[in-house]
Order: sequence, then structure tokens, then C-alpha cells
Amino acid sequence: MTEAIRAEGLVKAFGRTRALDGLDLTVRTGEVHGFLGPNGAGKSTTIRVLLGLVRADAGTARLLGGDPWRDATALHRRLAYVPGDVTLWPNLSGGEVIDLLGRLRGGLDKRRRADLLERFDLDPRKKGRAYSKGNRQKVALVAALASDVELLILDEPTSGLDPLMEEAFREVIGEDRGNGRTVLLSSHILAEVEALCDRVTIIREGRTVETGTLAELRHLTRVSIQAELAGPADGLAALPGVHDLQAQDGRVRFDVETGALGAALRHLTDAGVRGLTSQPPTLEELFLRHYDRTGTPGEKHAEVSR
Amino acid sequence: MTTLTGTGKLVRLILRRDRLLMLWIPFVALVPISYVASINEIYPTAAARQQYADASMNSAGFVALYGRPFGSGLGELVAWRAGFLPLIVGLFSLLTVIRHTRTEEEAGRRELLGATVVGRHSGLAAALTVASGANLVLALLMGAALAGQGLPVAGSLALGVGCAAAGWVFAAVGGLTAQLTEGAGGARGIAVVALGAAYVLRIAGDLAGQGEGVLSWLSPISWVLRIHPYGEGSLWVLALAAGLTAVLAVAAVALSARRDVGAGLLPARLGPATAAPGLRTPLSLAWRLHRSLLAGWMAGFAVLGVVLGGLADSIGDLVHDNQMQDILARMGGKGGLIDAYLAGIMGLFGLIAAGYAIQATLRLRSEESALRAEPLLATSVGRLRWAGSHIAFSVLGPVAVLAAAGLAAGLTHGLNTGDVGRQVPRVLAGALVQLPAVWVLAAIAIALSGLLPRLAPAAWVALAACLFFGLVGPVAQLGQGLMDVSPFTHIPKAPGGAVSATPLVWLVLIAAAIAATGLAGLRRRDIPTL
Repeated sequence: MTEAIRAEGLVKAFGRTRALDGLDLTVRTGEVHGFLGPNGAGKSTTIRVLLGLVRADAGTARLLGGDPWRDATALHRRLAYVPGDVTLWPNLSGGEVIDLLGRLRGGLDKRRRADLLERFDLDPRKKGRAYSKGNRQKVALVAALASDVELLILDEPTSGLDPLMEEAFREVIGEDRGNGRTVLLSSHILAEVEALCDRVTIIREGRTVETGTLAELRHLTRVSIQAELAGPADGLAALPGVHDLQAQDGRVRFDVETGALGAALRHLTDAGVRGLTSQPPTLEELFLRHYDRTGTPGEKHAEVSR
Repeated sequence: MTTLTGTGKLVRLILRRDRLLMLWIPFVALVPISYVASINEIYPTAAARQQYADASMNSAGFVALYGRPFGSGLGELVAWRAGFLPLIVGLFSLLTVIRHTRTEEEAGRRELLGATVVGRHSGLAAALTVASGANLVLALLMGAALAGQGLPVAGSLALGVGCAAAGWVFAAVGGLTAQLTEGAGGARGIAVVALGAAYVLRIAGDLAGQGEGVLSWLSPISWVLRIHPYGEGSLWVLALAAGLTAVLAVAAVALSARRDVGAGLLPARLGPATAAPGLRTPLSLAWRLHRSLLAGWMAGFAVLGVVLGGLADSIGDLVHDNQMQDILARMGGKGGLIDAYLAGIMGLFGLIAAGYAIQATLRLRSEESALRAEPLLATSVGRLRWAGSHIAFSVLGPVAVLAAAGLAAGLTHGLNTGDVGRQVPRVLAGALVQLPAVWVLAAIAIALSGLLPRLAPAAWVALAACLFFGLVGPVAQLGQGLMDVSPFTHIPKAPGGAVSATPLVWLVLIAAAIAATGLAGLRRRDIPTL
């Protein structure tokens, strides 16, 4: 089995709002897959469909080779889930919750539990009501990461964690990747996905807009160029694929589509280059482009090029 | 007074949030009207009232429940019967204050407000203001209502203010305990224990001392009678209540000034670092979530059983005039009357136990809406197994609760009559025979949770309807067809009546069918449905 998760054409409506509108998602076995989208894009709903908690109105979903709705309890032994909004039972201690959830899954690795408690700096003796949001998140994370399972489904797992703990989380996931575990990581924290994920699916308004490796996605995007020139670079703005040009006192700054990069650089060399910096697009930029409410990326290109 | 900035706004916020809950005020305030009517009807003459007062004075059960009557006038008897109200008023008052102080703090909303222009003590001050104001309204309402029944105005107001005084004292107790613990549950627990201790002191004092028990004086619950409404009117007792309230409120403010927002003065207790080996199934989790609720209900039912069972033997002594004696003879003599009383009490227990059954069942729904069901259902726990872990308590919990009441009542009554061997099984059976009707109510809550989760609290409406049919129906002479809607109408009257299995079997089958429909819905629907 090479695919841990395959969802095609998922549709789910809650009353009049369409939470999922033909969503596709494929996660290969053994990869860390980033699942990106702004709040309300349908990430949590997709995950609930994959967990058999919510039934899709249309589309198909396969999880670990089974039907997530029909085979829910059998499949759940093989996965661990951290919800986006962790609430604990007020009168149970964190340690009790970790053990209980582990036992209700496939079992718990005691050494790993102790190790994770230390790395996340979590006191397991506190009662559920006494934990802060970040510490509740840690309880759920330790329970999931110490569980003996092949698939982790993490819904915005670092919300509420401080930067130090985010770092600890990244380390742990990085180590897990070596163990052949599959991870579905939903997030809107782009640096996290960039640092951790092999492949990414970006969704918007219940629909998949991009999917692929980070390198593949960058193909679709632009490079930012800053250059200091010896002479004037006339005609640069007229080149196809060059956007947002700013020129002042021999300095130029623009974005260029990857396909037009060669032509733009030739144009610069002709003018005489004294200094040059280029930056690959960050996921932030990818994100902003996809979720720019003014329209789809294609339309925007056309408008700016004109 | 910058520490009180914004108190007025918070008061308005509380009033807005509690506008429905505040209905307890007119409800409690108008209860004594029914005393006037019933005493007038049953004991129309001064002689009959004198006998009633004498008999009550010598009945340990009545003294425990209400205290000692200070006279045999209509007003004095009404004031005596109202002796139970300070307990209820005190309870509502302390719950109101804790709800708007520690509960808010625990939920983090206090912090949200604290960051706005709101003084350090404003939350506490607003909660105390609302609770005190509510009690003032209660005093005026009760006074006006009783004066409207033709009782003296001054005495009626004194009775109202006496009840409100208990509210003021225990509102301040709530304000104080809210400073002690980090959790609202702990604060409520300590405050309720204080209230219970006051009640026990009053009982002990009244039972021990003829007339003015010294111990009773220590209990704010008893002060309403010490004022002697409709009698000499010792209003200086109110100064005692006001003084105690002030001391408690000042102490609460002093404690509040010494601590951080969110922290309690008593350290939060730590739990175990690892789970006990037994905590590995949904049922063992449900036990942890339900056990304190169940224990509380069992204890409450046991106390009620002791008090009401203890009254049973003296019921026969209260009937003096000839007309009543005739009715008594037709009911099978004193034994028949006592059985009818016990059967009535058991019916009441059944209705109240249905409240527990609904509360336990709705935990299912609250687990879902608090998002705690989701992580469980994402493990190997199936939906029915999860639901079943809570439903076990809605089915078996009422058995334990009713058994506690039946055993306590049967044992007390048996000891009073020297007939434990016979009374315990009879009274216990009378309690347990209520179960099929209780299960129907639980099943309605299950069905709503499964099929119409957003409407799950409507199960309480079903119970309210049963209460209406059970308590008001016979008086209002509703048609049998209407009365038959309530499952409790079909429960045999026991002890004393003939118990037929047919209606019980039907009720169980109906309950099972309703519950099964709900579970079928639960299997199909989205979780969580918020």
C-alpha cells in the first residue's frame, strides 16, 4: 500500500454553507504531508470525514486501505489524532488522559511517553482544568506521539505552543519521519510546513487549489529580484512575466515568473550588474496569492501583465 | 474606589445573562401562599391549629424539616412551614455568586473582562450586588404576596426579610469560598457544606432544646423563625444577619486582594502522573465523570428518605377532626393513610430521580459539545460503546438513587414503628417500582441527544410536563386521557396498592424503543454537531 489517505471529490454541506466542495487529498505512506488553508477552508471537516466522525455528502475516501466511515473502530487502532481545539476532562490528570487515549488506541510506548513529557516540559500530574491552552495541546500531542500507530493526523498541533515548544515539536516529527510513520499535518503556520513536509496540499473554500512538493509549487510562482545596476534598464517593465517593478537611483526591484527569469536576467546583464540578490518565494507568498480574495492567481497575472 | 470601577456594567451583564434563572425569585417568593391556602383548608379553626402546632412540636420529623412553631396563629404556622425556604434561598444565592465569580474566572472570561476598564473587586461586588438585590426583591414579593392573602403586613414583610437574610449571608459565603479554590466545583462544594452544616446545626438545636435551642442560634438558617414574624417581631435578629454578611463580604474582598486572577488560596490538588490500570475503557472513564454526581444524588436522596420516612408515623396523628377521621377509616385506618403517604413520597422520589436520569444522560451531549467526545471516537471506541458508557449511568444510576431513598425511608419508618423487617422491603419496592417511568424520561433524553442533538435540553421540558401532570393534574382535575401521557401515571401506588407487572413491562418496552431510535440516529449523524 503506497497511499495512506486518498480522498476524491469530497463534498459536505452544513445547512446552506458548503464546507467541502469537491476536495481531493492524497497522502503517500511514510510522508509528512502539509495540509494548508486559512481558517474555515475545510481542513478540520476533511479530517473529521477521514476519521469517520462526519459523513461526506459525496465523494470517496480511503484511509489505510479501509472505509473511514464503515471501518472506523478498526482503522482507529492504527492512527492517532490531535484535534485543533483540545479540551480535557476537568477532573482527570494529564497523565491519566495520555494513558487512557494510548490504551484506547493500539497501545503506548512508555519510554517514549517519558521522553516526550520531558521534551515538552509537561507536568502530567495537573488536573485537566488547571492546564493552559498550550499545555492541553501538549497532553494531546504526547498521547498521540507516544502511541504505537502508523498514521498521525494532527490538526493545527502547535496552536497555543510557545516558539520553544514549536521547535521541540518539529524535532520530534523530524525524527518520526525516519520511522516510516505517515503524518497529515494541517496548519496555517507556513514555516512549520516548510520545515517539516515532503508534500503539501493547499485548500481554499473547500476545494484543493494546489498539491505537490514544495519544489513543484515554487515552479508556479515568482522569484523576487533586487539588483544594483550600472546603467538604466529601460524596457524591463515591458518584458513578459515581470511584475511590480520599482526603479530608483540605479536600483531595481521586481518579481519575475520562473519561466521568464532567463530573459529578465539577460536584460539586467546588458545594463551592467553591480549587485544582485534573488529570493525564492516563501510559502507565505504562495499562500497570499492563493487566498487573495480578488481572484484566482491566473486572473491576477493577466491583470498585472497588461 | 478604582477597584470597583465598572461594577454597574457588570451588574447589567449578570442580569442580562441570568434573566431566565432569576425566575427562582418569584417562584420561591410565592410558595408560602400555598401554605396559607392549605392550612386554612385543613385546620380552619383555632382549636384545630392549636392541635396541629402541638402535634408538630412533638414530631421529630417535622421539627427537623421546618423547626419549631412559635405559635398557632395562621401567620405563625405559615412562617413555621416556611422554615425550609431559607435553605433554598441560601443555596440559590451562593450558587449565583459563585457562578459569576469563580466560574467566570475558571472559564477565562474574567481575564477578558479584567483587561478592560473594570476594577479588581468589581466582579465580586457585582455578583454580591445582584444576589443581595435578588433577595431584596424576594423579600418584598413574599411580603406583598402574604399581605395580599390577608395576613398582617408587618409580619409578612418580616418573614420575607427573614428568608432574604439567609440569602444575604450565604451569598457572602459563596463570595468567600470563591476565593479559596481554583475550580468552581470546589468552591460550590465548600459553600454547600457550610449551608448543610448550618442546616444540621438548626436541626440539632431544635431537636435538643425545648423552645430556644442554643445550637440553633448559631445557624443563619434558623434566624427567620427567631425573628418571630407575626409574633413579637424581634427585628434585631436582622442586625445579626447583616453583621455576619458584612464580615464575610469584607473577608472575601480581603482574600480577593491577596491573590492573582485565576489562582485560589488553597493549592490545586495534583492528580496521579499515570492512569490506574483500570482506566482503559469508556466505561471506566464514564465512572470517573459520573461518580461524584451519582454520589451527591444518592446522599441527597438518602437524607430526604430519612426525613420524609421519619415523618410517616406521625402522619396519622395529625388528623383530628371527624370529617378527616372518616376519610382515614375509608383509607384503611392509620396504616392505610401512612401507606398512601409513603406511596405519594415514592412517586415524588420517582419524579426527582428522573431529573438525575436526564442530567446523567445529557452528559453524553455535553461531552460532545465540549469537544471531548471527538478524541475518544477517534480511538478504537465505537459510537455505541461510547454512548453506552454514559447510558449505563442513566439506566443504573436511578436504581442506586431510588434504592438509597427507599432504604433510608424504609429503615427510618421501620425503626419508628419497630417493624424494620416488614417496612424496609415494602418501602424499597415502592421506590424501585418507579424505575420504568424514570427510564422513559432517560430514553427521551437519549433520543433527543441522538436525533436532535441541539434540542437535547428539551428533555427537561418532558420532565416538567410530568411534574405538572403529577402535582397539579389531580388538583386541577385534568382528564385521564391527558394524565395518561405521563409515564408516572401508570406506576402502581406502592406500598399499599396492588402492583401489576403489565404497565411496568410496557413502560420498559417503550423506553427501550425510544432509546433504540435515538441510538440509531447517533450512529448516523455527524459528531460533533454543534
